[in-house]
Amino acid sequence: MKKLQSMTITEKILAAHTDKKVVVPGELIDVRIDLALANDITVPLAIQAFREIGVEKVFNRNRVVLVPDHFTPAKDIPSAEQCKILREFAKAQRLTHYFEVGQCGIEHVLLPEKGLVLPGEVVIGADSHTCTYGGLGAFSTGVGSTDLGAAMATGRLWLKVPESIKLIYDGKLNPWVSGKDLILATIGDIGVDGALYQAMEFCGEAIRELPMSGRFTMANMAIEAGGKNGIIEPDEITLKFIKPRVKRPYKIYRSDQDAHYANVREYDVSKLHPQVALPHIPSNVKDVRECGKIEIDQVVIGSCTNGHLDDLRVAGRILKGKKIAPSLRLIIIPATQEIYRQALKEGLFEIFLSAGAAISTPTCGPCLGGYMGVLAAGERALATTNRNFRGRMGHVESEVYLSGPAVAAASAIKGRICHPEEVVKKGS
Amino acid sequence: MKLEGRIWKFGADIDTDAIIPARYLNQSDPKELAKHAMEDERPEFIKEVKKGDILLAEKNFGCGSSREHAPLALKAAGISCIIAKSFARIFFRNSFNLGLPLLESPEASEAIKDGDRVRVDLSTGELFDLTQRKKFSATPIPPFMQELLQDGGLIPHLRKKGLKKKR
Repeated sequence: MKKLQSMTITEKILAAHTDKKVVVPGELIDVRIDLALANDITVPLAIQAFREIGVEKVFNRNRVVLVPDHFTPAKDIPSAEQCKILREFAKAQRLTHYFEVGQCGIEHVLLPEKGLVLPGEVVIGADSHTCTYGGLGAFSTGVGSTDLGAAMATGRLWLKVPESIKLIYDGKLNPWVSGKDLILATIGDIGVDGALYQAMEFCGEAIRELPMSGRFTMANMAIEAGGKNGIIEPDEITLKFIKPRVKRPYKIYRSDQDAHYANVREYDVSKLHPQVALPHIPSNVKDVRECGKIEIDQVVIGSCTNGHLDDLRVAGRILKGKKIAPSLRLIIIPATQEIYRQALKEGLFEIFLSAGAAISTPTCGPCLGGYMGVLAAGERALATTNRNFRGRMGHVESEVYLSGPAVAAASAIKGRICHPEEVVKKGS
Repeated sequence: MKLEGRIWKFGADIDTDAIIPARYLNQSDPKELAKHAMEDERPEFIKEVKKGDILLAEKNFGCGSSREHAPLALKAAGISCIIAKSFARIFFRNSFNLGLPLLESPEASEAIKDGDRVRVDLSTGELFDLTQRKKFSATPIPPFMQELLQDGGLIPHLRKKGLKKKR
């Protein structure tokens, strides 16, 4: 039998969702989607698009997921109206997966937790951080509301097959260095359009050592380099994560040894220290030790990027028995109800409350300047979120710095951006 | 299809929070969104922009969020076309899906000045700066995207295809 053309994991997943055996970068394809996702911000326009097409029902009521997470619990009357549109649509369409406040969480942490996304699947979402699910070896990408509306109606989406780039991380991670630091360093290296329209395939021994949370964090920020998707080949860690959650068959894909990459970059992570992205663009990245004295007014630990249980545990290790700087506000937002419950059980809330932190119900809230920690003019925040664009977290004259949870927690204690080792002794 | 309008020039990496800040995303009325388009980036834009005007930018225009409110706000503000050195991918899809044409032209992005009047031929990608009397070319819009524009966006396009299928 003639060998088929070599493909990357991204190309294989896409080909498997068309009638083709092989797809090549640049090709326009019509893809079957496994899951379509939208939130309270993007769904009103998507529902409008869906209705304009003139179909009655969504393509599959088990495969359309609606998560009101951005401005919920509703922050104001217009937000409540948007949530109402979403709620009524979910009810009318008898959607299996609609998550009301109380069962809800930040969509990109919630869906993997509920086993709604599996390796080898194609997931689209009307949210740019939909690329998160690449962390478990799925193809997932963000689209707008019209695309989502059309996908809800047809179960299909037109896509251009992206070129793939390979990012190899070798070496052993230093203490307090996480997936967030790897992806920030990468964006700092290639720039905010360094992977424009491309698939970012993360691999190497440091990736194999990363827990699922760190893998999700890396895939989550592929969009911050302009990427179409981020992806990591599934392994034992992936399988262990999905085992208690899986409710349907799935397939694991791996890149061929001789697959074609538009670019290959190698990083030695043993030289990497915690990273910080300075205003006002995620590529403005520095080693935390080179940041100088940057005093901050607020720290936010949470979001689809770093609101995982592991992230809260890291913060807990640093904050244990300590108090935050009196001049500063620390806001901690577990990403889902389950993480909230587990953090409570593990005693993390006691640590956070004693340190002087405010703990919020799951919400995207402050990440996009919605509520629960909006900044005033001249204020400066350090956040474990994903974007530090001008005005992202509030007033146009405020500033957002990005880091992982370790730097965020340590900086909350010091009142200025610092290396976790300034707060916690080495080896502890 | 030909367009003509005044150029509004912007820089590199203009993100969707700059195009339409998230504080206005608690609703999705195009007219309401248009009132705040680019307000943090260039406050006079929304006061002076006229129907048919053209937006010009450097690289990676529309990076960041998937909010379709961004191209929707610009379209509702009267913008007829956006020319840039490059576009972020979700913004690119969203614009064509809404029937708002985008053209990639690094040379035009550099040479055309704010306030110039420019004529655009969408079918060929030819640009003519009437103020400077200079010609530029943009990457031609792929046939599939041309089709989307002609139909007025993805939804009318799907409706048309759907009707055909029924026959």
